[in-house]
Formats: sequence, C-alpha cells, structure tokens
Amino acid sequence: MIDTLVHVLLVLALPPLLPGVIARTKAAFAGRNGPPLLQGYYDLARLLRKGSVLPAGSGWVFLAGPVAGVAAPLFASLLLPFGGHSAPVSFAGDMILFAYVLALSRFFTASAALDTGSAFEGMGAAREVAFSCLAEPALFFGFVALARISGSLSLSTMLGTGPGWVTAGAPLVLVAASWAVVLLAENCRIPFDDPNTHLELTMIHEVMVLDHGGPAFGLVLYGAAMKLFVLSALFLRVVFPFNVTDPRLDWIAFVAGILLVAISIGVVESVMARLRLVKVPQLLVGACVLSAFGMLLLAR
Amino acid sequence: MEGASPDGAVLFGAILLLALSGVPGLFARKGGAGGERLAAVLACAGSAAGLVPAVRILFFGAELRMELPSPLPGGGILLVADPLSALFLLPVFLVPALASVYGLGYWPESEHLRDARKLRLFMGLLAASMAVVLVARSGVAFLVAWEVMALAAFFAATTEDRQPAVREAGWIYLVATHAGTLGLFGMTALLGATTGSFAWEAPAAGLAATGSASVVFLLALVGFGAKAGLFPFHFWLPGAHAGAPSHVSAVMSGVMLKVGLYGILRITSLYGAPPAWWGGLLLVLGVASALYGAALAAAQNDLKRLLAYSSIENVGIVSTGIGVALLGRSAARPEWIALGLGGALLHVLFHSLFKPLLFLGAGAVIHGTGTREMDLMGGLLRKMPKTGAAFAVGCAAVAALPPLNGFFSEFLVYLGLLRAFAGPGEALLAGFAAPALALAGGIALAAFVKLFGTVFLGNPRSEKAEHAHEPGLAMRVPILALASACLLAGLFSPFLGPGLDAAIRSWAQRDAAEATAGLSRLPALASVAPLATVASWGAALLGLVALVAAGTALLLRRQAISRGPTWDCGYARPTARMQYTGSSFGEWIALRLTPRAAAAPLEARLPEGIFPRRARVSAAAPARDPVLLRLLEPFAQRWARRFHDLHALQEGRLTIYLVYVLGTLIALLAWSVLRGWLPLP
Repeated sequence: MIDTLVHVLLVLALPPLLPGVIARTKAAFAGRNGPPLLQGYYDLARLLRKGSVLPAGSGWVFLAGPVAGVAAPLFASLLLPFGGHSAPVSFAGDMILFAYVLALSRFFTASAALDTGSAFEGMGAAREVAFSCLAEPALFFGFVALARISGSLSLSTMLGTGPGWVTAGAPLVLVAASWAVVLLAENCRIPFDDPNTHLELTMIHEVMVLDHGGPAFGLVLYGAAMKLFVLSALFLRVVFPFNVTDPRLDWIAFVAGILLVAISIGVVESVMARLRLVKVPQLLVGACVLSAFGMLLLAR
Repeated sequence: MEGASPDGAVLFGAILLLALSGVPGLFARKGGAGGERLAAVLACAGSAAGLVPAVRILFFGAELRMELPSPLPGGGILLVADPLSALFLLPVFLVPALASVYGLGYWPESEHLRDARKLRLFMGLLAASMAVVLVARSGVAFLVAWEVMALAAFFAATTEDRQPAVREAGWIYLVATHAGTLGLFGMTALLGATTGSFAWEAPAAGLAATGSASVVFLLALVGFGAKAGLFPFHFWLPGAHAGAPSHVSAVMSGVMLKVGLYGILRITSLYGAPPAWWGGLLLVLGVASALYGAALAAAQNDLKRLLAYSSIENVGIVSTGIGVALLGRSAARPEWIALGLGGALLHVLFHSLFKPLLFLGAGAVIHGTGTREMDLMGGLLRKMPKTGAAFAVGCAAVAALPPLNGFFSEFLVYLGLLRAFAGPGEALLAGFAAPALALAGGIALAAFVKLFGTVFLGNPRSEKAEHAHEPGLAMRVPILALASACLLAGLFSPFLGPGLDAAIRSWAQRDAAEATAGLSRLPALASVAPLATVASWGAALLGLVALVAAGTALLLRRQAISRGPTWDCGYARPTARMQYTGSSFGEWIALRLTPRAAAAPLEARLPEGIFPRRARVSAAAPARDPVLLRLLEPFAQRWARRFHDLHALQEGRLTIYLVYVLGTLIALLAWSVLRGWLPLP
C-alpha cells in the first residue's frame, strides 16, 4: 500500500523536474548557467493561473488532447515497475495495455491538433502518427524478447530479470539500444525533434500544441513530462534490472536512476545535432531491426 | 437436443421472417412508406426471435440438430447449430436489423422509387441466407445457401447500378465470389470423396490430415478467404463496399466477411491434428492482410474505401488469431488454442459492432454532405455533434484504444502470440507477428486520426460541408445504439467468456480424445487471460480520464476564456482551404508503406511566368486495388489476348464446323482402332 502511494506520488510530482535537469545539463555543456532546476514547476504554476484563447471553431476534441495527454501516461505508469518495486497493477499481458494506453493519448493529441484547422498543426499531427507507428514494432520486439528471456508476460516480472544479463546479455543490449531510440523519438528529443524550437518546419510534437494556451498548455507540458518519466522508468528497468535490498534505498536508487537517464538525454542533446526529417524514419527502422535481432538471437 | 425443441422452430421462423421481410413491400403502393416500415418491423422481429436460440445455444449449451430429407443428390439436409455457429449468428441477427431501421432514413422509398424495393428484398435474403450458411452442415445445402448469399449481396451492393464505378465493382465482386465458389465446389467434392458423405461431420478423433486434406484446406482458404477479404484475395472488397449503399456496406463488412472466416473455422475443425504449416500460412496471410489493409486505409481519400480497407486489416487480425489456434492444435498447446481462437472470435463479434457503426456514421456524413471525398469535408462535428461523437467512439474502437471493445479482442490475440513465442514450445513466426500487428495497429491509428480529423474536425473545406446536418431519428438510433455497444462491450467482455469457451470447444471438439492421449484439456479462457482484470482497469481508465477532464473543466471555469482565430504562423486571415488535407496527412504512409500502385499520382499545374495562371495540384488514389491493377488485370488481359487468337478457328461458317465434326469423328475412330492394337490398359 505504501509502495503504491509512493509510486503515485512520484509519478505525479517528479516529472516536471526532468526537463529542468535536461536543460541544466545542456546549459553546462554550453557553458551557461541555465534555468533553475524547478523551472518546470514554475511554468506549470504560471500557466494554470492564466486565461486562455480557444481557436475559433474548435470543440471538445481540442481539450480532449491535453486531458488524454495527462491521463494516459499517469495510467500507464501504474502498469510499470519503478525500480525493484513491482507495479501497482500487473497481470499477464499488461505491456499490451501499456502500449495502447499511450496510443490513446496519441490519438487525442493528434486529433486536438487537427481540430484547430491550422496547416502547421496538421503537419505535426501527421508526422507524429507516422513516426510513432514505426516506434511501435521496436517496442514490441523488445517485449517479445523480454517475455522469452523471463518466461513471463507481465511487465513487473519480465523487466526485472537481473540474471538475464548473464544468460542473454547480447539480446538485452540490442533491446536496450533500440528502446533508447524509442525513448528519444517518443518524447520528441534530439536527434528526432528539438523541443526548444517552436517555429521550424522540422518540428513534430511542439507544433501540435501551438494553439493551446493557459491551463490546457500547462496540462500538455505536464503530460509530456510524465510520458518522458514513464518511458525513462521503462528504459531504466531494462538497463538496471537489479533490486536494491532495502525498499527505501530502492526508491532512492530509482529516483537517482531516473535523474541519470535525464542527464544522459541532456548529454545526447548537447553532443548531437537534430537529424534531417527524412532520416528520422531510417533511424526508427534501425531501432526495429536492432530489437528484431535481439529477438532472433533468442530463438532456436 | 432433438428437433422437437422450440429453439429449432424459433430459429427457423426467424430466418423465414428475415428472408421474407422485403416481400410484402413488393406489393405495397409504390412510393409509400408502408412497405419499408413493414420490412423493418419484420427484420427486427425476426432478428429478435433469432437472438434467443443463438444466445441459448452459445451460453446454455442447447445445441440444435435437424435432418431433413432432400430430393437433391448428396443425401439429406443436415442442419446443426453448435456454439460456433451460434456465435457467428449473433451479428447476423444484430446488424441487418439495425441496418433496416437505418434504411428507413437513408434509403426511403419516397426518394428511391426505382430501387428501394429491390434493395429491401435482397437485404432480407442476404441476412437469411447468411444464417442458413452458418447452420448448414451438409455440403450441398451449404453451397446452395452460399450462392444465394453471394448473389443477394451482389444485387444489394449494386443498387446504384447506374453509376459505372458501382457496376464495375459489382462485376469484379461477382467474378471473385464465383472464383471462390469454384474452390468451394472442389473442396466439397474432395471432402465428400474422402469421407464418403457430404455431411461435414468428423469422427471423434477428427479426420486424418493427409495430403488430400491439405488440398481441401487450400481450396477452403481460397474460397472462404475470397469471401472474407483475406489478402491476396481481397481485391474485390474495397470497390464493392465503397459502392454499396452505406447500410449494405455495414452488413457486408460487419457480417458477410465473418461468414467467410466461419467457413475456414468449420473446415479446419474437422481435422484432428493439422500440419503446422496450416497455422503458419494462416498466420502469415493474417499479418499480411493486417499490414496491407492498414497501410492502404491510411492512403485512401474516399471515406468508405478507407473503412473497407480497414476491414481487410481486421480480417487479418482475426486470421492471425485463428493461425495461433491452429498452431496450438498442431503443437498440442491448449492455451494457444484458447487465446488465439478466443481473440479471433471476440474480434469477430466486436468488429461487427464498430465497423457497422463506422459505415452507418459514414452514411450519415454522405447523406449530410452529398460526397464521399474526405478532402471536401471538415468541421462536421459542429454540424452533427451526436453522429460525430459516436463516430469518434467507432474510430477509437477500431484503433484498438482501451477501454473500447476493439482493444479487448486484440489483447487476446497479442497474448496468444506472445504466449506462443515465449514458450514452453515456441513458434518463431509468432515472435514476428506480434510486432507486425503493432505496426499495423500504429498505421490504423494514423488512418483513423486522418479520417476523424479530416471529416469532423477543423473547418468546413467546401460548400457541401458547410450545409451538413444531423440525420433523422431512424438513422441516429442505430448509430447511437452501436456506439454505446462499443463503449460497453469491452468492459463487459468477461461475461462473454463462457460463450467463447463453448465456441472454442466446439471448434477443437477432439479435446476429449486428446485428453485420453495424455494432453491436457482446453483451459477456460478466464483461466489463461485476465479479461476481468483488464476490464476493471479499463473502467478505471475511463474514470481517470473523466477525473482529469473534470479537473480541467474546473480550472478553465476559473479563468477568462475567449475565442480567437487559429494562430497559423502569422497568416492574418487563414482560410479553410489552408488546412492540412487528408491526402497530405496520409501522404507519408501512402508513399512509403504501400505498394507503388496504391500511391496517388500527383497532377500539378504549377504557377509559371510573371502572370501565372490559376495553379492546381491534385492527387487521387487509384480507384482499384493494387493487386487488381498490377497483378490480376495484366494477367487477365494477357490470357484474353491469347484466347483472342482462337477466334480464327471460329469462322462462323457452317461448312467449317461440319469439317470440325468430321475431323473429331475420324480422330475418335482412329483412337478406338489404335486402342485395340496397342496393349493399353
């Protein structure tokens, strides 16, 4: 019970910290001071107090995007083990629900973009749904491989296979590499998309929410941070599937791990340039091939 | 239970009512509303009556069996309604009845003097013949009902036969369905030759899967696959489903495709231990259908063609499930059977809820705007809020988003695939199939965001879309009923478990024999798949979304909200024409993930010179399926040319023909003389 409570508190409170950590890492690389670590929280507080301008002609779907954008990652997090603690909800096949709940948020985010009637936002929505459909197989090849390694069909047990690194190290490396690409792509980080450029033709996610303002935009930012948090936790559990003995220490290790993932994302963003848009699908297909090989190594 | 039970009589009466529902209208005053109302009442009464025995058979094990004497060759007519038939009967008794109510508003006799009577007659016949196909268990009766179904569908689908496109689609359908029926004739004959009777009933241990059994399987795959729209036999489907009136499309897509899948299940159920390649082939074809259907759906700009291609995708998902079940039977893995077939059957049921919903919704859109071209629509959610909301539910369901019904059935199929790969025992194909289905799911999501967004969101792109309106009550009620069914069916799917178990058992009926051979019995679906857990957490998801939505509403209420023009990167006066179109939305997928023949060739007249003329860019996806365009048509034309050369033999003069007759006689004479000389057997 306590674990569930901590789990929910973490997923509610921690996400806005991650963009701050990434921004500080990038600032350190660039020799700047950067924004405060808690800038994400300040932004949220400011946005929630603002009024908003709704685009003419938009309806309930315009607001359904931000709502689904928060509710879906929050729900998905319940299916995910955080560190050594098993997920509050787990059953055989929960990773399928996990993947499709995230698809639910994508459906409504893209629809909300189309509801504005803006050419730019339509373009962003088209890119989002097109690139995500390439990320899905990479994710699923990984699920299939992990299910095979662990003999389990539930995230809580199939992710925490510490011995898997001994018996099936190579497939796990391939899956981890593939999921790292998925983590960056699904959260619109460099090299796929630059969250800092709002007005470039190559952008994907940011362009979909150009017309959201005030509390709705606050929800969008919060939901995006939460998705980053959830996918980071998934990635973390593959790379570090070991349990720390003490439950309290385990929570601390988990938070430290998440921050480490955020710092790594910051490093990637600092040392890499964004890919040209035509290269994005190639990298995603590459990720699919990686995890497919991981799966093939397990078949005999 | 024997024929004395009332269930048999009720089922018989229900089928008769459906079959005759369109007949009284033929004698009613032309242009009056009496005939069509009577037809709807009869269809609804028949369907309601038919649902009772279907539910009793499925959930309470009241299997029906009737043998009628028949003057036809091939023995008596054997009618059996086991749980497998009963499960497929549910959509037959649900969708056509709703379609007939919808037809009151969509195809009223007062506006369609020429063809409304014909349409009602064949709709009734179509529904009744599908019901007969599902219970006929002797080859000859089955083929007769099958042919009535195929022809009734042909006449119903070509209602608007004054349009050349509809006529062409109708001919292609007719050729395809008869090519398939040819396969079924071969299959029936071969099956009759091996078992010695035309009754499709297997001995307790099942028929042996010998070489001729594999031929039977392949013929069934061609014949039934053509009806189901399984890749690569799907080529007739998009045209026929798009050209038919929308409520006919709903019946064809929601129910008739399933009858093809039923056929595959019925024939495979006869065999004890099928070779592994049967399941493998079905799995591969299923995944191919799913990917192909999804990718082509995303490339379409015609509202109904998009829905038709999505049906191919869904048939692929069902076939994948059947493939897993067949693999499970070859490898003696009862849990693969339960998960694969359970998912397939649940998807059959759920697809027959959301696809008719989408087709009926599309009909309402077409009724309101007068076009099927998505790029002329936009902003319809404001003009028709109820239909639009129901359509959103349908889109989310077909994209398998939780907590709608489509997710639950796909969940079972995925679980079957993962179980088949994760072991114990392994099927490498299943390891590839799960990610491939995920890819298809992602593409389908793109297709349905495109559909919903282009048609219902944004601003109206044309005059036609400006004047759209909510349809009348007769059309709205079926749409809203199906939308609420999609919303609730998934959450209540655990209650369908016993029925699914019964249907799975009647497919894998040899489990008793297998149990003696040391294999474990078929597990109940509830024991291998956590459907109840998923359903309760699906409800929780719904609650969470409602909670966040309420919180957002509260936040917004406290703040000042104003409306302003969409910020379109600095354009002072954006117009509706500047919106992203459906074709642009699907372009990436159309160019990269579909066969080249499916992509829309771009026709552009670009502005040139100092005083450019009006520029224009258009891209229209070809109205024919790539398989038809690139494979079948060149093939058919090549052979047509070859046969054309034979025309030289057919001079049209009597004397030449007499010479042919003489030549044949001499040849036969020579043959019989030679036979006497040579020591031939």
